[in-house]
Parts: sequence; C-alpha cells; structure tokens
Amino acid sequence: MSIDRRLGIGETVTLGSHTFGAEEIKAFARKYDPQRFHIDEEEARKSVFKALCASGWHTISMWMKYNAATFPASVERSKQFGDPVEFGPAAGLRDLKWLKPVYVGDTITFTRTPQSHRALASRPGWRMLTIVNEGINQNGDKVMSFTSMVLVKAA
Amino acid sequence: MTDKKWAYEDFEVGRSIDFGPRTVEAGEMIEFAREFDPQPMHLDEAAGKESLLGGLAASGLFTTSIFMSMMCDAYILDSTSQGSPGVDYVNFRRPLLAGDTVRGRTTVLSKRASASKPGLGFISVKHELFNQNDELVCDMANSGMFLLRKPGAAA
Repeated sequence: MSIDRRLGIGETVTLGSHTFGAEEIKAFARKYDPQRFHIDEEEARKSVFKALCASGWHTISMWMKYNAATFPASVERSKQFGDPVEFGPAAGLRDLKWLKPVYVGDTITFTRTPQSHRALASRPGWRMLTIVNEGINQNGDKVMSFTSMVLVKAA
Repeated sequence: MTDKKWAYEDFEVGRSIDFGPRTVEAGEMIEFAREFDPQPMHLDEAAGKESLLGGLAASGLFTTSIFMSMMCDAYILDSTSQGSPGVDYVNFRRPLLAGDTVRGRTTVLSKRASASKPGLGFISVKHELFNQNDELVCDMANSGMFLLRKPGAAA
C-alpha cells in the first residue's frame, strides 16, 4: 500500500484557480490556435461560441502550469511513505473533453486525481501513473476533463 | 454557401492532408515551458540529456500546440471550423527535440452530419506528426465540427 500512498492514489489534489483574461487568450491563440473565435471579440460574437473563448490547448496548458507548480509539494509529501517519487515525461492523454467554453473572466479551478499505476518492464524503477484531471468554472460546471499517463520514478 | 476552401463536404473519408515542414527552435520550446511546464528537461539542455528524453525536449503540450498551429495554417483557418469537443487520444511516441523539423498529416476516418443542428457536421480524423527521420513523434485522434457547404444536401 505504501506505493499507493506515495503516489497519492485516489486523492484529489486541488492545483489552483486561474482567471482567464482577454489578452492572454488572444496571445496564446495567435501563436498556436488563431481561429477567429479565439483572437477577435467581434468575430467570436458571430461564432457558435457567441463570445471570445480560450483555445482548448490554452486551457489544458494552464492546467499543466498549476499541475507542475505542485510537484515539489507532492515529492515532499511522498517522502512520508517511503522514497520520494520523481515526475518524468507524459506518455499520452486520453478522453480529453472540452465540455464548455472558457470565456474571458471565467475562473477555472484545476484538479488532479491519481488513479492507478503499473511497473514498466522496459524501464526498471519507473511506473506509468494514470491520472484523472479536471477544470471546473466559477459556476461549478466542468469545462475540461482528461486522463493523463505520466512516467514516475517510484520503485 | 461558404467561400472557405474546407467545408464539411470537402473532408472525404480516407483523404489525407499533408502539412509542414516546421523546424522547432530551442528558444520557443523553452519559452513555452517557462510559462506552462517548467520541468528541468523542458528548460535546460543538460537536464534534458540526463532525463529519459535524452536532450532538450519539448513539453508534450508544446508539441500538441505547434501541431495545432501547423493544422491551422494548413487548412483549419481556411475552413468552416466550429471548434472541437475534444481529443480521443494523444500519444507522445518520441521526444520532440530542439532543432527537429517536423511535418504532419491529417487523415479523415469518418464523418456524419449533425442530427440536431442542421448545417453542422462532425469529422473524425487522426493526426500524425513525424520528425526529419520519418519517425512518429506524436499522434492523436479527434472530431471537429464544420459547417456544411450546402446544408440539407449532405448525407
């Protein structure tokens, strides 16, 4: 059980909350997703979204920003149950859903819930950790959910 | 009627769209990582070499973001895109390393007109990103919503 405790299996971590501003939505979109409803208020009003909203890639990238910020605390916490875990790269994502638009002024609270893990035969000492992740807006509506598979060093 | 080159009808099942190439510079990878994914292997050459990734490697979300920008340039900006509800899967197959030159391909898997929203259709596609050695770096599948060129005429 101690490896489950070290990895925080089943424990939801609230990563933080972020209020999306118009300028950051447009700045991200100009670089990576310059569809008109992400870069121009007037065009967005005429679109299916009816107002300027963040690229889905911006929303998940912001989740990552808050996620990464909690790594030192997670590593520190893992020491209570044995050797510290070390976070490695992600192998992939599953079922990434952008359930509702993220509009200018929306405050999104991000969470992470480690779900399961398995040892990697190809990389001794490393495990594949499956994590369920969400973003919830100020009205309690889920705006994004996805599952990530991340390599962690935890023998 | 739309003046866009890519409407729902133009995404024929089995059709592939090739795009790129694009060379990824260390500076843009680091800039993204500083903001959204400040893990050492995404920020620093030496830390990258010591990591599983074997060099200064892009954040997975930088990879998907530039993948998106390449698709926008290739066809999405000249399309009737109405956004996407999500992504079925993303696999990070190989590290995207500083200086790599990538090219992409989108292949149409299936399509259907919306039953509830006349004039709108869903296109299911897979996307592949290859490096300069023709190795698969990242692949993903999703469905996108596009307006019909001739609402009412499509199956």
